[in-house]
Amino acid sequence: MSYKWNWGVLLDPVVTGENATYLEWIVHGFFITLGLTLCAWTLALVVGTVFGVMRTWPNRFGQAIGTAYVSIFRNVPLIVQFFVWYFVVPEILPAAIGDWIKGVKPNVQFFVVSVLALGMYTGSRICEQLRAGIQALPRGQRQAGLAMGFSTAQTYGHVMLPQVFRHIMPPLTSEFLIISKNSAIASTIGLLELSRQAQQLVDFTAQPYESFIVVTLAYVLLNFLILRFMAWINNRISLPGLMGH
Amino acid sequence: MSLSTSIRCKRAGHALGHSVLAAALLGGIAAAQAAGPALDGTLKKIKDSGVVVVGFREASIPFSYYNDDKQPIGYSADITRLVLDQIKNKLELPGLQVRQLPITSQNRISLLQNGTIDFECNTTTHNESREKQVDFSNSFFIVGTRLLAKKDSGIKDFDDLKGNTVVVGAGTTSEILLRKMNAEKNMGMNVISAKDHSESFLTLSTGRAKAMMMDDALLAGERAKTRDPKDYVITGTPQSFEVYGCMLRKGDSQMKTLLDEVIAKAKTSGAAAKIYDTWFMKPIPPKQLNLDFPMSDTMKALFAKPNDRVTP
Repeated sequence: MSYKWNWGVLLDPVVTGENATYLEWIVHGFFITLGLTLCAWTLALVVGTVFGVMRTWPNRFGQAIGTAYVSIFRNVPLIVQFFVWYFVVPEILPAAIGDWIKGVKPNVQFFVVSVLALGMYTGSRICEQLRAGIQALPRGQRQAGLAMGFSTAQTYGHVMLPQVFRHIMPPLTSEFLIISKNSAIASTIGLLELSRQAQQLVDFTAQPYESFIVVTLAYVLLNFLILRFMAWINNRISLPGLMGH
Repeated sequence: MSLSTSIRCKRAGHALGHSVLAAALLGGIAAAQAAGPALDGTLKKIKDSGVVVVGFREASIPFSYYNDDKQPIGYSADITRLVLDQIKNKLELPGLQVRQLPITSQNRISLLQNGTIDFECNTTTHNESREKQVDFSNSFFIVGTRLLAKKDSGIKDFDDLKGNTVVVGAGTTSEILLRKMNAEKNMGMNVISAKDHSESFLTLSTGRAKAMMMDDALLAGERAKTRDPKDYVITGTPQSFEVYGCMLRKGDSQMKTLLDEVIAKAKTSGAAAKIYDTWFMKPIPPKQLNLDFPMSDTMKALFAKPNDRVTP
């Protein structure tokens, strides 16, 4: 293979005239990916919890809404959801709102759309994990809570959810790792996150292997940080007598 | 070879063992000389495997794009066909198997270097940074980088872009030029880099961007795809001229000679001008629209004197 390695390219000033080196582009992309992952993850946790509870709440209407949410957001490919949020939503909203959205700074648009798309999609997966966790609890837990005079909300808040979240820590960790990598799809609508920076480097330096190697290492680092963080949380919240502790 | 030698031996009747061997050796050398120097590089690979793999772009109207049968057609596709014919001739492989592989601006260099594709003639600009990794044939097209805008947008030239949002194709020379201009002249533009031409145009047509910067021939192609091409104008002083060449693996002199010859011959014989006429001056699929994009003077000069220089 006729490839010329050139690691020094990382410290070259960028060809587009901005005051930066290619390495700074990658670092910048890393923080965008980190920010996007954290924001989308927070949204996914909130949305997933709300709908997961709704799917098990003793109320037909709420269950139907929860089911509809899961079937839509879990079944449509993530990349399509990005395009729908970015291209379609502003067109079907009233013209005034749509035009306002399209007038927002592009970088802000990209980020917000990406948080929405990633968060709502991952939320549907967390929703199902939460539902599975709730349904796996012995029925006596709910009944005991209600017998103690707790309302349904109190039973969920004080008895069931604290146990469920401890049980589903392993799949939640997986989801957190997955969302950090799914965030690369944001590059398709224009967000300059980590993978997009790698593509820019390929385009502008014609040194694809250096670019992809550095970016791969950056993703490995990000995933390592997430793993350590989730392990730390898991340690903090583990209770004796639950989950083999 | 051995059969014919042994027949000759029988006729001569008294050939000695070592002279038979010498005849066989001499015969072998003569045969090799008749076919020219031994093949190497890509041509050898093609000859040995009986397969040639060509890269093509899927949505670069009118250079390389799908027709209704999902086959790549266009100006560059026709050039590719000329090259393939010449490869078949040269290797004496009329039944050469041709495999076509869709490529993007992001993966084309890697796919060429790792041997997935053997060459590509599409819309790849021949520039200096790419020259470090790959070689380019004689140029077959010259474009200027200009703007496409809605007629009523008031955008006439690059100065009008101040404070506006502009879309460019990611990784293109236009992106470099536009971002440089933005940084140097402090124009306060928002530059969106879109993944491909269709997405760039979608960004323009939905009103997210005021203008789109790209190679003028591609702008004409994008404009022709719209419901109402008359609503859009191609405008602005060209910020650069770009030459398109066929991309091949670095240092592959036999392949380069072949590509250079095919392209030079197509130009001087008038075949390339005919291809130009078909795709730029006549109605083309899918909507039978005429791009109406007459050949520029720089390109006429290139056609008169084929070369592989970076600047036209």
